[in-house]
Amino acid sequence: MHRDLLQLRAEGLYCPAGEFWIDPWRPVHTAVITHAHADHARAGMGRYVAASAGIGILRARIGMDGEIETLRYGEGRRFGAATVSLHPAGHILGSSQVRVAVGDETWVVTGDFKRQSDPTCAPFEVVPCDALITEATFAYPVYRWPEAGDVAAQILEWWNACESRGASALLLCYALGKAQRLLAELARLTDRTVLLHGAMVALTQLYRDAGVSMLPALPVGDRRAPELVGQLVLAPPSAAGSPWMRRFADVETGFASGWMQIRGHRRRRGHDRGFVLSDHADWFDLVRTVRETGARRVLTTHGQQEVLARHLRETGIEATSLRTHIGDES
Amino acid sequence: MRSFSRLYATLDETTSTLAKRAALAQYFRTASPADAAWAVQLLRGGKLPRLMGAAALRELASEVTGFPSWLVAESHAQVGDLAECLTLLVESVAETHDADVDEVPLSQWIERIRAMTSADDEVRRVWLADAWRRLPQAERFVLNKLLTGALRVGVSARMVALALADASGVAVERITRRLGGKWLPGAEAFMALISTLEDSGEDSAATPYPFYLASPLEGDPATLGDAEDWLAEWKWDGIRAQLLRRGGRSLIWSRGGEDLEGRFPEIEAAAMSLPDNCVLDGEILAWSESMPLPFIRLQPRINRLKPGANLVTSTPTRLLAYDLLEGGGRDLRQHSLSERRAALENMIASIPGNAAIGLSEQVRFRNWAELGAHRSLARERNVEGLMIKRLDSVYRDGRKRGDWWKWKVEPLTIDAVLIYAQSGHGRRAGLHTDYTFALWQGDGLVPFAKAYSGLTDAELLELDRWIRTHTIERFGPVRSVQPSLVFELAFEAVQLSKRHRSGVAVRFPRILRWRRDKNPQEADSLDNLRTLAGLAVGD
Repeated sequence: MHRDLLQLRAEGLYCPAGEFWIDPWRPVHTAVITHAHADHARAGMGRYVAASAGIGILRARIGMDGEIETLRYGEGRRFGAATVSLHPAGHILGSSQVRVAVGDETWVVTGDFKRQSDPTCAPFEVVPCDALITEATFAYPVYRWPEAGDVAAQILEWWNACESRGASALLLCYALGKAQRLLAELARLTDRTVLLHGAMVALTQLYRDAGVSMLPALPVGDRRAPELVGQLVLAPPSAAGSPWMRRFADVETGFASGWMQIRGHRRRRGHDRGFVLSDHADWFDLVRTVRETGARRVLTTHGQQEVLARHLRETGIEATSLRTHIGDES
Repeated sequence: MRSFSRLYATLDETTSTLAKRAALAQYFRTASPADAAWAVQLLRGGKLPRLMGAAALRELASEVTGFPSWLVAESHAQVGDLAECLTLLVESVAETHDADVDEVPLSQWIERIRAMTSADDEVRRVWLADAWRRLPQAERFVLNKLLTGALRVGVSARMVALALADASGVAVERITRRLGGKWLPGAEAFMALISTLEDSGEDSAATPYPFYLASPLEGDPATLGDAEDWLAEWKWDGIRAQLLRRGGRSLIWSRGGEDLEGRFPEIEAAAMSLPDNCVLDGEILAWSESMPLPFIRLQPRINRLKPGANLVTSTPTRLLAYDLLEGGGRDLRQHSLSERRAALENMIASIPGNAAIGLSEQVRFRNWAELGAHRSLARERNVEGLMIKRLDSVYRDGRKRGDWWKWKVEPLTIDAVLIYAQSGHGRRAGLHTDYTFALWQGDGLVPFAKAYSGLTDAELLELDRWIRTHTIERFGPVRSVQPSLVFELAFEAVQLSKRHRSGVAVRFPRILRWRRDKNPQEADSLDNLRTLAGLAVGD
């Protein structure tokens, strides 16, 4: 039987020819990391290999002690019989796809990716391959993203409406990636200052250090209700319902996420507004990406892998779903 | 339909009732009377005739988008709401829109939908596919909502009436009264609804009064004060109705505002013995000898517009009256219950004792402990519990706490095993929140009840995660799961049933608690439930 170039092991996705793992969930000696989100980059690895564009964030996330080797996008690095290179995934700053070539066979792991424009990171690059391991977080055709610029305009309109009635606008979003993308998208429409929850301050500074242009932002700090009126405040979703919320008097909450495409998700979370903005590919970009890589074989992971795999099989691509420990976000 | 779809979005976006009411009032002020009339009708839960069933709509979406039918079905399960799912799927083939081109008012859309009811299937499909492609997303969603049932956007009939009152300056009581009975939407009807002129007698002759609703009594009735200030009756398990005798005619209206004329000929016949110009409030029950029959027996009578002689003989019905709202053409609602009750008893005394209209007898008690003893016998009498009403109370409108209480019997409970799960709708979309439970029969588990409510949001999330990791098999949106979790279910009654594989049907099943302390072998058997059924039906 054919020996797969990448295999699922107890520690994570493993390359026997190069003796390294990709985004492992248990400690290993060599970990190639696609990006710095917690379900992909974990502490405790012997050695990390990651894109140089994301090195600052990765250091902030996993601590300073791990040994990190950086690769520029497109730069080849030899591990045993395997050649590894990293390519932009367009997910967050420094996010990568991992290309692994052994002999004349090429595999690509997309990691998390998106095809929509994002001013905070390098755009996704199509990497031709024989086999593709793709994420499938939003693999239903009901997920079709609106233009990010239109969503930013909706957010600005909501901010203005909150201000005119004397309320604060609290926009919940992931602290790494989404918050900075929102600040960058909004910077095209306004130049007002935004307030940030403490969990976002250092990460946002790392983006600025990397040269990403964003709206001016200040920590919320100990500002209280009167100073928060008319302000747009960004905070991670976990802040909702926590004592941190006590600083607000009259506040509307919005949530920026791909999940907000579905009314039920928004209503269940009890937010006033949902804004459809995702750092993952929608259904149409997932399917398009598989086609553009020319992969004859596809392994789907991370989310709705069964739905995407079945659809691909029906279009003549050998596709199976792969169970990883990377979160089932639905 | 643009302004109505904006109203819908506003109502959908906010959880504040004040903000909803303000948005409704604003719409009623600015919309054309024809559009406003339909908005009133639809927001109060009115539905349009169905052009296509859910399966046909999904099939059309599959055809229009090119997505295979399994993918459309999976998407439906993911989204939960069919109208929303169709709207999102079709987005991939929707045309781009110039603003304000071909804006068609809500009332005209409804005319189109109604016109389609007489068209061929193929004409309907072509019409709808075209509408899907051309409408912007928000309006396409509203259209799909209209085609798939009620709008369900968190607006009560009461809130619509309040907003109409805000918009027109007409008192909400008058609006509610004008909306009572069979209100037909139309521009003129809307103008009459918000008219500041007095109603003519004819307009109000055929409409019931707004029903006064009781609140559940959770604790000890002793908290209500002196027992002698209160009256008690059985809480009948039938349908609430008003019987109107006006101008020699008899009309029966359900609490839901449905005209029940023709459905209960024996009650209409008995009403001929009542004096003209009176309105009785009571409960319609299936009846045998001196006992009410279980609600399940009443159902065929509710559904049948013109019941045949066989059905009327095998399942006779009876109206048990408990209030008199109008007598001799006088509105009695501001009189005390004791006065109204005395007048009612006088009136009922004049008709034969075995007639299809009778009195809902008082349950006599000297103190609350005695009333509690009566309540413990409720299930054996096929009633749901007791009603407790303050003797000096006036007849109010809607659910106002304080004067009328319903004191239900404790539910029956049983421990059952979770075997299937399906994703929910609305705010539960994408979560597995519709559960099927089973009981033991020998070594096997037999499904016997579905339940949707009773768990906290945190428990729903935890159970959803568990279901995803303990799925045995998937059948479209339904998953069979490892039979290892036990839940305590509560329900009001058990009926023997030939239609159910378990041989029994339970009424209002809901989850009481997650029994983490029990393993599945400790769950109850079908025989345990049958024993309860024997008690409940008394045979």
